[in-house]
Amino acid sequence: MTATSASSGPATVGSPAPPTGLFADPRRLAVRVVVTVAVGAVLLYLPQYFPAFRVGQFNIVICYAIAALGLNLLTGYNGQISIGHGAFFGVGAYTTAILVADHGWSHFATLGAAAVIAFVLGVLVGIPALRIRGLYLALVTLALATVFPQIIKRFSDVTGGAQGMRVPKFRAPDWTGLKDDQWKYYVLLTFAVVSFVLVRNLVRSRVGRALIATRDNETAAEVLGVNLAFYKVITFGVSAMLAGIAGSLSVFNDPFVSADKYGINLSIILLVAVVVGGAATIFGPAFGAFFVVFLPDWLPQKYPQLSPVLFGAVLILLMMVAPGGFLGLVRQITAWAKLRFRSSSSPPPAPSAVGETAAITGSGDELASG
Amino acid sequence: MELFLDRLVIGLGQGAIYALLALALVLIYRSTGLLNFAQGEMALFSTYVTWQLIEWGLPLALAILVSMGLAFLGGAAIERAIIRPVGDVEHNSLSIVIVTIGLFLAFNALVGWIWGSDGKIFPKAFTSTLDLGVTTVSWQTLTILLVLVAELAVLFLVFQKTKLGLAMRAVSSNSESSRLVGIRVGRMLMFGWGLAATVGALGGSLYASQLTTLDPSLMAVLLIYAFAAATLGGFDSPLGAVVGGLIVGVVTVMAEGYISWIGGDLKLAFAFVLILIVLTVRPQGLFGKEQVTRV
Repeated sequence: MTATSASSGPATVGSPAPPTGLFADPRRLAVRVVVTVAVGAVLLYLPQYFPAFRVGQFNIVICYAIAALGLNLLTGYNGQISIGHGAFFGVGAYTTAILVADHGWSHFATLGAAAVIAFVLGVLVGIPALRIRGLYLALVTLALATVFPQIIKRFSDVTGGAQGMRVPKFRAPDWTGLKDDQWKYYVLLTFAVVSFVLVRNLVRSRVGRALIATRDNETAAEVLGVNLAFYKVITFGVSAMLAGIAGSLSVFNDPFVSADKYGINLSIILLVAVVVGGAATIFGPAFGAFFVVFLPDWLPQKYPQLSPVLFGAVLILLMMVAPGGFLGLVRQITAWAKLRFRSSSSPPPAPSAVGETAAITGSGDELASG
Repeated sequence: MELFLDRLVIGLGQGAIYALLALALVLIYRSTGLLNFAQGEMALFSTYVTWQLIEWGLPLALAILVSMGLAFLGGAAIERAIIRPVGDVEHNSLSIVIVTIGLFLAFNALVGWIWGSDGKIFPKAFTSTLDLGVTTVSWQTLTILLVLVAELAVLFLVFQKTKLGLAMRAVSSNSESSRLVGIRVGRMLMFGWGLAATVGALGGSLYASQLTTLDPSLMAVLLIYAFAAATLGGFDSPLGAVVGGLIVGVVTVMAEGYISWIGGDLKLAFAFVLILIVLTVRPQGLFGKEQVTRV
């Protein structure tokens, strides 16, 4: 939110040349600082203002946002589609649940284990993904999402199977003076902020450029010296790791796991979050996560089936009119507004808006040949 | 031995169902180059339509036929109204995958909305069995196998012996050139989607008739088996889909029966591993043509 609104906001008035660094344009920097502080203050204040039930929903939003962030790294930035990230989310959740409930670990200690296990599983799925591309990768990950609950049910003596298992609650320490839900919120928010900052830095680095180059034209990227196999497998691993961390954190929030919570629906919801928020954008997944958690709330409760129908319809409509998702749409509108309302002396719309809007649509060539 | 034969028959019966849905997947792939992840849920919707028609008093066979007809129209309409505006498969495959996922979600939820999420009783076509001496086969299973063979024959004739089939093959091979020689590419794509939906409606209805129950979660798992069948047989080969379906059916039933470690829960995992192995070792499947990428 902060970065995008600053770069596309009114700060660029009278500065046709793109600034080379943060300090090249003090006005830009000022806007950025103000927006960051404002958003930060709102985020910190939320659990004080809202009742526990709402805060619980915000906690789910945070978990989905982290998982969608990971999925976005894979699908949005690297062009490998996954309809199976619910399974990695579930792996993280069960790691934490089993270690806390049966082995007496502290919640925090299990996070590392969940991250490592999800990373390794992601790499294991990523290796065959080198040969299996595009549509077929979507197929394999869809199958993974469907199979995961069955595996949990098969090993029900460890996992509790379809009945599920209860995990000791994650409680606020006394010194904080916070209620449980508020404490959970701040812990989750901390992990989310760290994840978002790390991923943001990652995609702006050499590695990020390699990922995007691979997505846009695999052959060209390879010719330019990108080690395709390495980057694709590692991206799968990191992406799965983020989903695993999100799953683990979801057990901090909701101390109950069961096989059918982590099935195909969760995988699809994560994909909806990425697409709605805007593929290949940093903050898109956060918007998307907010959307998927709160849309069912805004709809009339009389028709519980309405929200999945709408999710489906939104996916289809977005692909038709705005493949860049919510943030892509915002960028298109601001770019259009700039052209429309400024004189010809203003710069053309940022090239990144075009490049990143094409994220979902841009990688068709390699898919068709795979 | 008797147990083995029983299981073989059960496996073939199951496999025939997988093959029916796999055929629908193959039809879409052949005519549009797309994996349709919504195929199972589209078939689910059609199966509910069949159920509704039976409730209204139509005999089973007629209900299935009417439902197939409606499915054809529905499939063609989906291609025209939803798939085509997104763009061609070659350049937008990721978008189209997401659209089919959207359809998956929407159809599943629509079924729950219209007909409720509780199970329905679906009539069996035949209740008697045929005694073969060493084992017995239900007429139900035999009918499904016969329908499968008939369907394969019809599809073969349509694709290989008619002008329509020739045009469809031309479009999937090179849509640009097809347009230049005067083939109405859009019509052919609509026809392909309609045909696949029809085949799916038949498969779904027969499946529900075999299980005698119908609920909204029926197809999610079946779709994975069907994908395993189509992957094994080769995505561009209808014969492959049928052979693949029968193999997947027999192998999973045998694995469930003889390897207690696998049991009922891991049957699906077995299909998943099969997909993974085939795609890694022989991506074109048993009967498919190897894909060559033009530089």
